[in-house]
Amino acid sequence: MSIFLDENSKVIVQGLTGSEGMKHATKMMASGTNIVGGVNARKAGTSVEISGSTVPVYGGVEEAMKETGANVSVLFVPPKFAKDAAVEAIDAGIGLAVVITEGIPVHDSAWFWAHACANGNRTRIIGPNCPGIISPGKSNAGIIPANITGPGRMGLVSKSGTLTYQMMYELRDIGFSTAIGIGGDPVIGTTHIDALEAFEADPETEAIVMIGEIGGDAEERAADFVKANVTKPVVGYVAGFTAPEGKTMGHAGAIVSGSAGTAQAKKEALEAAGVKVGKTPTETADLARSLVSRG
Amino acid sequence: MDLYEYQAKDVFAAHGVPVLPGRTVDTAAEAERAAQEIGTAVVVKAQVKTGGRGKAGGVKLAKDPAEAKEKAEAILGLDIKGHVVHRVLVTEASDIAEEYYFSFLLDRSNRTFLAMCSAEGGMEIEELAVERPEALARVPIDPIAGVDRAKADEIVKQGKLPAEIADEAAQVIVKLWETFVGEDATLVEVNPLVRDPQDRVIALDGKVTLDDNADFRHAEHAQLVDERTANPLEAKAKEKGLNYVKLEGGQVGIIGNGAGLVMSTLDVVAYAGEAHGGMKPANFLDIGGGASAEVMAAGMDVILGDDDVKSVFVNVFGGITACDAVANGIVEALGILGDDATKPLVVRLDGNNVDEGRRILAEANHPLVTVVDTMDDAAAKAAELAARA
Repeated sequence: MSIFLDENSKVIVQGLTGSEGMKHATKMMASGTNIVGGVNARKAGTSVEISGSTVPVYGGVEEAMKETGANVSVLFVPPKFAKDAAVEAIDAGIGLAVVITEGIPVHDSAWFWAHACANGNRTRIIGPNCPGIISPGKSNAGIIPANITGPGRMGLVSKSGTLTYQMMYELRDIGFSTAIGIGGDPVIGTTHIDALEAFEADPETEAIVMIGEIGGDAEERAADFVKANVTKPVVGYVAGFTAPEGKTMGHAGAIVSGSAGTAQAKKEALEAAGVKVGKTPTETADLARSLVSRG
Repeated sequence: MDLYEYQAKDVFAAHGVPVLPGRTVDTAAEAERAAQEIGTAVVVKAQVKTGGRGKAGGVKLAKDPAEAKEKAEAILGLDIKGHVVHRVLVTEASDIAEEYYFSFLLDRSNRTFLAMCSAEGGMEIEELAVERPEALARVPIDPIAGVDRAKADEIVKQGKLPAEIADEAAQVIVKLWETFVGEDATLVEVNPLVRDPQDRVIALDGKVTLDDNADFRHAEHAQLVDERTANPLEAKAKEKGLNYVKLEGGQVGIIGNGAGLVMSTLDVVAYAGEAHGGMKPANFLDIGGGASAEVMAAGMDVILGDDDVKSVFVNVFGGITACDAVANGIVEALGILGDDATKPLVVRLDGNNVDEGRRILAEANHPLVTVVDTMDDAAAKAAELAARA
């Protein structure tokens, strides 16, 4: 098993016909992802060639799902059009929408998140501004390089893209059930907690690495969740100890989160929940390695 | 982007939120003229992007133009929490009957918006939030439904604003919501929102944070950028399209790809630096996924122009980009920079095509470049070289 994405995932790409969409669809397909179609209202009825396969382009997500049985959509849609594309995926009721797009206005992401909630969260959203999700050897939805490491027993959830890659590389001797980059935007769909909950329930995942960074209180909340609900070993890493204090004005942010959002506060919260926190990515990987069974 | 108070008030006024007339000036003489034109007692207010101005002596009442000049002289040049005052707002002094607190903001934890409202506004709002949280109403706002008159009435009621001004306050709140959405703000804070003796409700102060991601639909926001406060290295980096932040008190220049990895690199360098006389990172620079020779050269150019930098740590994980392309970028960048490249460079490459990348750097055999295999060891080497310089 794995979480959220597996060998049965049928993937469509919203924004397939753009340069980013084509580039990464090609890479996804090369890493074994079953890409069954693309979506572009203006190019409905056409098709694109990807590595010798013909991939049909549909006018909408709903039509693509009906024709192909797609259950995952990956969005490479420019920021300006991302809200509408996400809303379309949500309205079609696709199971998983991975929003890769960077630079979406937060009023737009808050809007489509509210829309997803109003629709009963039938669609799991990962991102925006994220590298996506990979269940190595099964499927890859997004831009995570598939050649870093193969399948294994570690689960990884991270705000940061390049730290996802770094950690997968550090633990390439063990491999991953699933690695998810949830994105660092202020409003994201899938959270650390969602991933922790799914990893806890996944029999293939033996231990979990959780990577956070400064800002917000997601890590503090995840720490509370680990303490109450997670029996598998969890190790953590937090980036941003030396990051300069943000130029936040008003008092409002700190009042709401109830936390300074600093790396130190996050580290302390995680440690208080029994999560071992590494000082560097390498030390974190060593801690994780020590927690999985040999062989 | 955070706005100055005067900019926030301009934005408020454009959306019909009541503010007091005022002038923004850069000199004491202009402050005197502004007070003359306003013709009443005035308040001279430091324009800095930080809170606590009042306590720091950055807000002063002046009964006539001569006194306005005097107060402006005292305030201009003041250092408030590291922000030097270059500009003051001269505004009509109002008669205040009561002070309230109001804000709309993004609530990250709940992935929605939030209105906060209290009948007890003013300087001690943070203490109030901690000591008597019941006095500060927090009302979640559905981003789709927004704030209509009925929602505004609910906020006023929960914030326990007095009945006599409830109607007017609700009208102002609807307009503040229009500001929040219309300008793509992540924070609109009014503290204090005041009631004057005529029962008018006025935004006496304003803090607004705009979402830079929404710049594509707000061409007019470009005018609000204040070039003067930008660090010259940051300004140069911005010109080149680089994501760069100068860090004071550091000696190790940092170049990396991806915000998370670069942030982590800063930490690892600071940690390694403890063993080398407290060497610290001198900047944050994320060259992004591409890491082409041109971008690498532009990044190195900015960092080598920083006199504080004694060594440079290039930390790249080849994910989407292959390490051989990054290595070629470094070699070409050193070629472009020629004699301008004068500081030792520690390079750590990992990931995609790493062997080829390291081979390219070994072959180039540039005297300034040291290749180290792991991030931790490379950070230690960069700190050691900086300490030795």
